[in-house]
Amino acid sequence: MGALGFILNAEEGERSWRLAEYVKRGGYSALKKIIDENIPPENIVAELKKSSLRGRGGAGFPTGLKWSFMPRQFPGAKYVVCNSDEGEPGTFKDRDILRWNPHMVIEGMIIAGYAMGCARGYNYIHGEIWEIYKRFEEALEEARAAKLLGPNILGSDFSFELQAHHGYGAYICGEETALLESIEGKKGQPRFKPPFPASFGLYGKPTTINNTETFASIPYIIREGGQKFLELGRPNNGGTKLFSVSGHVNNPGNFEVPLGTPFKKLLEMAGGVRNGHKLKAVIPGGSSMPVLPGEIMMETDMDYDSIQKAGSYLGSGAVIVMDETTCMVRALERLSYFYFEESCGQCTPCREGTGWLYRVVHRIEKGEGRQEDLDLLLSVCENIAGRTICALGDAAAWPVQGMLKHYRSEFEYHIEHKRCLV
Amino acid sequence: MLSQDAIQKIDREIAKYPAEQKQSAVMAALAIAQMEKGWLSTETIEAVAGHLGMAPVAVYEVASFYNMYDLAPVGKVKITVCTNLPCALSGGVHAADYLKQKLGIGFNETTPDGRFTLKEGECMGACGDAPVLLVNNVRMCSFMQPEQIDRLLGECQ
Repeated sequence: MGALGFILNAEEGERSWRLAEYVKRGGYSALKKIIDENIPPENIVAELKKSSLRGRGGAGFPTGLKWSFMPRQFPGAKYVVCNSDEGEPGTFKDRDILRWNPHMVIEGMIIAGYAMGCARGYNYIHGEIWEIYKRFEEALEEARAAKLLGPNILGSDFSFELQAHHGYGAYICGEETALLESIEGKKGQPRFKPPFPASFGLYGKPTTINNTETFASIPYIIREGGQKFLELGRPNNGGTKLFSVSGHVNNPGNFEVPLGTPFKKLLEMAGGVRNGHKLKAVIPGGSSMPVLPGEIMMETDMDYDSIQKAGSYLGSGAVIVMDETTCMVRALERLSYFYFEESCGQCTPCREGTGWLYRVVHRIEKGEGRQEDLDLLLSVCENIAGRTICALGDAAAWPVQGMLKHYRSEFEYHIEHKRCLV
Repeated sequence: MLSQDAIQKIDREIAKYPAEQKQSAVMAALAIAQMEKGWLSTETIEAVAGHLGMAPVAVYEVASFYNMYDLAPVGKVKITVCTNLPCALSGGVHAADYLKQKLGIGFNETTPDGRFTLKEGECMGACGDAPVLLVNNVRMCSFMQPEQIDRLLGECQ
C-alpha cells in the first residue's frame, strides 16, 4: 500500500479501522472544528473549491461545484449519498478505504450533510463485499455511540443520520441515478437527466452523490485547508489519488500517490511488469477507458489532464497492466462480454449494441472473424455512444474504439490467420 | 413463510429508511430471505412482498435484476468466480477451469450430490487479489491458486 497519502496511510493492523485508532490519527477533528467554531456551510464549500478536489468515482467533476448546486433554502428532506458500488473492472480502492478507514468516509459524509443542510445519508456498498459492509455498519454504531452521528452531534443543533445500503450485484448501480433507483427498492435503471439529483434525487428530493474516496478526502481538506490539499497534487488536479494497479505486475494493489506522479513511478511501486516481461499496453482508468500503448504510458503522468492529453481518461484510477504475452482480441472479448452482461436493457442501442459487440469480438477470437467485422464493430460503436440515457453505452464503445485504434493490425491478423499474433 | 428471525432482521432494515419508504428495504429483505431459504421461490418472493406491502411483481423485478439473487435452487455451496479482464490476466479463467475439472460441472451447474454450484461472476472489486471467488455471496476468497482451491473445497465437504 502506498505511504504517500493520507487515506491509506493507517497502519494496516486489523484494528486500524476502529474509532479509537482513527481518532488517534486526528480523526473527527475536522468535524469538531466545524462544530466548535460554528463554521458557515458556505465556507466549507469555498474550501472545497479551493482544493480543486475532483470526483474520484470516474467523471472527475469538481466536488465543490457539485455541492454548490444543492438548493440551500429547500423546505424538506435532502440527502447525501456515498457511492461505494465499486464494480468497474480494475477498480478496488473503495474496498480498501472502507476496510482500513471507514470512519474517514463517515466523517466526510457528516461534513457533507452539514455543508448542504442534509439530515440523512446512505452509503451504497457493492454487493460482493459483504464483510466490508458489515464492518461499515459496525463503524456506524461506534460513531453513534460516541455522539458523532445521530441527533445533536457533539451537543450542537446539527443532526445527521447515516445508514449503509447493501447492493446485490449490478454494475449499473454505480451510475448515480441507477443507484438512487436501487435505494428506492427498484431495478437499477438510470434516470434521464435533467433533472439532476441536486434538484430531483433520492425519493425525489435534492441529493448529492459522491464517491467513497471523494468523501474520504473531505476531513483532510477541512483540517489542513484546501490550499494544502491542492499542493499535494497539481493545479486543477489537487490532492493524492488511489490507483488500483492490477494485471501483469509483480505486486498488484492500491497505491496512493500525488496526482501528477509519472506512470513509470507507479509501475515501479507495483513491482514492475511481472517476471521481467515487456510492457505492452495499459488501461489507465478502469475497463471502460480507451487502452493506451505502453510506450505512451511510460511518458505520461497520472493526473486527469495528462491522461486526457495522451488519449484516454483517468476515470476511477484503475490501472490495468498488460504485458507482451497479452492477446488484445482476447482481452477485448472479456471486456465486451462484461458490458453485454451488465447492460440494464433500458436503451435499445446499448441493450442490442453490446450484444453485437460481444458476438463479433467473440467470433474473431474463435477464428471465425470476417474482414468486414472491424468496420462493423466501429459502426456499432458509433450507434451506441452518445445515444443512451447513461454512460454505460459509451463505456462499452470506448474500449472497442481504443483497441482498434492502437491494435487494429492484431485484430486483422486474428481474422486472417484464425489465431493470435502473440 | 419467513421465520421470526428473518422478519426481525428485515424490520431492522426497514427502519433504515423514511417511514413511507418501506420498499427501500426490498433488496435487503430478499437477501435475508435467500440466506434462510437457499434460493428465492415464488412463495418466498410473495412473502417478502406481503411484508413490505409491495406488489409481488415489483419484488420479482428486483429479484430478477440483481445477479446475486438465485431464482432457482443452488447447491449448499455456491462458488462464483470472476473471469473479467483484470482477473483473467492473473489466472481467473484458470481458476474457473480448475474448479470445473475438480467438481465435474460447468458454469450454472450443480454437482449431483447437491453440494456445489459454480457461477461465472462479474467484477467483485478485488482485482488486485486475483484470482478471486465468492462463496455463498458473503465470503470472498483471494489469490485462489489450485492449492488454495483444494483447501477451500476440502473445508466445504
